[in-house]
Amino acid sequence: MRLEYFQMVDRIVELDLAANTIAAECTLPEQSPVFEGHFPGYPIMPGVLMIETIAQTGGWLVMAGLGFRQMAFLAKVSEAKMRSFLAPGQAIRVEATQDHDGSGYAVVSGRIRAAGKLVAEATITYRVLNFPNPALREGLLDMARRVGVPAELMANA
Amino acid sequence: MSAASTSATFDKVAGIITEICGIDRATITPESHAINDLGIDSLDFLDVAFAIDKAFGIKMPLEQWTQEVNEGGVSSDQYFVVSGLCANIDKLVAAKG
Repeated sequence: MRLEYFQMVDRIVELDLAANTIAAECTLPEQSPVFEGHFPGYPIMPGVLMIETIAQTGGWLVMAGLGFRQMAFLAKVSEAKMRSFLAPGQAIRVEATQDHDGSGYAVVSGRIRAAGKLVAEATITYRVLNFPNPALREGLLDMARRVGVPAELMANA
Repeated sequence: MSAASTSATFDKVAGIITEICGIDRATITPESHAINDLGIDSLDFLDVAFAIDKAFGIKMPLEQWTQEVNEGGVSSDQYFVVSGLCANIDKLVAAKG
């Protein structure tokens, strides 16, 4: 994870479009400017970045389901709960399930676990829109390859 | 499409709008425009759409409707006045079989 670049997902380890599910594994950095401020002397991952991590993981699921023809933009966060802290260097698993595939929007529920224990959860609503420019789409496709979106899901992208 | 089914659809849709947007049920009429009269913004309308999709087991083609309105071929009344919305919901439910 590179928190200051908002690169939250390290690698996708499961992506099942038939089951509408995805799972990713990530490791918090040992050091980050984020931890210098949050908090001095007691570094923990900000809750908003836990939500961002869930949203990005769910976003890969939504976009993979759309064949990367459209972009999922964060529109709403609901039912968010931060149950415990995450420390520098900690490994996490992020799981998400697409609850609804709407027209122009999607709803995903996701959660973060550390050592099997539930750490955070949230329900995310995305606006699904056309890519505003080709550069964003290309950048996201590069990132999709890097985090391990299966090649066959990008075959028609 | 029977008047009875449209009336039942209206009651359900009005209930959803009331619950999600906090709009007084008495102010919602079949002639109300969801955006211009009821003031539902685009984000709240996503929630309304989600609740309608779930309640009726359909997928409202919002992207298509919005495109038709933006291209100027169709008045937004057809899709966003509550009676028109309900008629379209009934069509989608009927098409589902």
